[in-house]
Amino acid sequence: MSMKIAQFVLILMVSPFLFGVINRTKAFFAGRKGAPLFQLYYDIVKLLHKSAVYSKSTTWIFIAGPMVSLSAVIVASLIIPFAGWPSIISFDGDIILFFYLLGLARFFTCLAALDAGSSFEGMGASREVQFAVFAEPALFVSLAALARLTGKSSLTDIFGSPQIHPWVSYGPLLCLALGALFIVFLAENSRIPVDDPNTHLELTMIHEAMVLDHGGVDFAYILYGAAIKFWILGSLLTGIIFKESSYGWGVDTIIFILLMVLLSVIVGVVESALARLRLLKVPHFLIVALSLSLVAFIISLR
Amino acid sequence: MNIYADFLIISVFLINLIMLSSSRIRVCIKLMALQGVLVALIPFIIPHSVATGVVIASVINIILKGMVFPWLLLRALQDANIRKEVEPVGGYPFSLLLGVAFFIMSFWLDSRLVYSKTVFSNLAVPVAFATFLTGAFIIISRTKALTQVIGYLILENGIYFFGSALLNEQPLLVELAVLLDVFVAVFVMGIAIFHINREFDHIETNKLSELKDWIEP
Repeated sequence: MSMKIAQFVLILMVSPFLFGVINRTKAFFAGRKGAPLFQLYYDIVKLLHKSAVYSKSTTWIFIAGPMVSLSAVIVASLIIPFAGWPSIISFDGDIILFFYLLGLARFFTCLAALDAGSSFEGMGASREVQFAVFAEPALFVSLAALARLTGKSSLTDIFGSPQIHPWVSYGPLLCLALGALFIVFLAENSRIPVDDPNTHLELTMIHEAMVLDHGGVDFAYILYGAAIKFWILGSLLTGIIFKESSYGWGVDTIIFILLMVLLSVIVGVVESALARLRLLKVPHFLIVALSLSLVAFIISLR
Repeated sequence: MNIYADFLIISVFLINLIMLSSSRIRVCIKLMALQGVLVALIPFIIPHSVATGVVIASVINIILKGMVFPWLLLRALQDANIRKEVEPVGGYPFSLLLGVAFFIMSFWLDSRLVYSKTVFSNLAVPVAFATFLTGAFIIISRTKALTQVIGYLILENGIYFFGSALLNEQPLLVELAVLLDVFVAVFVMGIAIFHINREFDHIETNKLSELKDWIEP
């Protein structure tokens, strides 16, 4: 049990660090020095010391949005297995709970954006939901393929099962699922081919446009929630690649965190190498993920 | 389950998907060539099937589909001076999803068939069917003559794949005759593309229906 709590605390502590890694990678490619690796921690601490300002036209939904989103992703991080070791909460069918927690987080972020009454935020919410229509089935179907392959319906069992880990025997399926999950991972975390996290033009924003009116503590919650979401979706990817070593929990943890850092570096490289897609092309990109996941699912049925 | 065979088969299928969703003709030609080579390699990963006839057929396949056809088509592409296919009916995302639907349909078809011998991988026949259907769909839905030739070649890749998946040893003569047919067809189509292009300054085939040898009074 103490190990499980240690895992949970590690997720909460380490996840903002990965954003620092991405920014450093991008800075390296751009020939800049880049922000400190712990910049997001400083930002969050700074924002936590500020108080939020609420417009008179907003209701409790606007205040609840960031809190509900953050708590939903934290609960989701309790379900996700860490380094192939069992997660804190795991039961048959927790995979469904996982999807709905992510859905709840998105739902409240969008509601809060609409509640603000700003036209930009409404536009952002509309786009977020439009792209989620394509991204969510892809995530669902690719995890369903893994569940079908392993015959288990809990994330801990799926990622700890022997079908995944001597992985070569089901290589094609796992590669397809990995490809689909990576595209969804980029889209859900509003990374570059879909959304630009550094954009400063409201018309081109997706995720950032929804949170324009949040400030202070609320914005700290949003940033922290994004970091944890990055971690949990990323650990689905690394969970497929990662193989348990025989050296016990400590070594596994270190290797797993290094894999997550590697994933962040890959994201940084993708962001430096690719330009953003036109908004009209984004559904096409996400449908590629959906097709890959469908093919993986069909193969898993055999 | 032969892991290399599965990777090869899935890459053949993924090339179909890219073909359905890409508008760049140059990319399509190169991928078509790659698919031809991959399909020609199939007999070598099936245990106990490497006879002299198979080797000859594969080598001729690799030379024709991997080098000669792409060269002919790339030259036609340069002459026609086009780079992109126009948007097909329903758009690219739709044809991509249709590609997946073909795959599902092929699995259903595969489950209805009775084979006289075991196929080396349970993915081989569905992917071969999906490749036929993809080729046929590209011929129907795309408007440039060049892309239609590519569709025709994908169809042929599917047929060759189907043959090499099901037969222990194909009659060499049949295989060579098919290849000769394909070669002549591509050659003739190359000439046709050249002529269409010279007459009309484009290779849109849907404009051909406007041709008339008499003017309505």
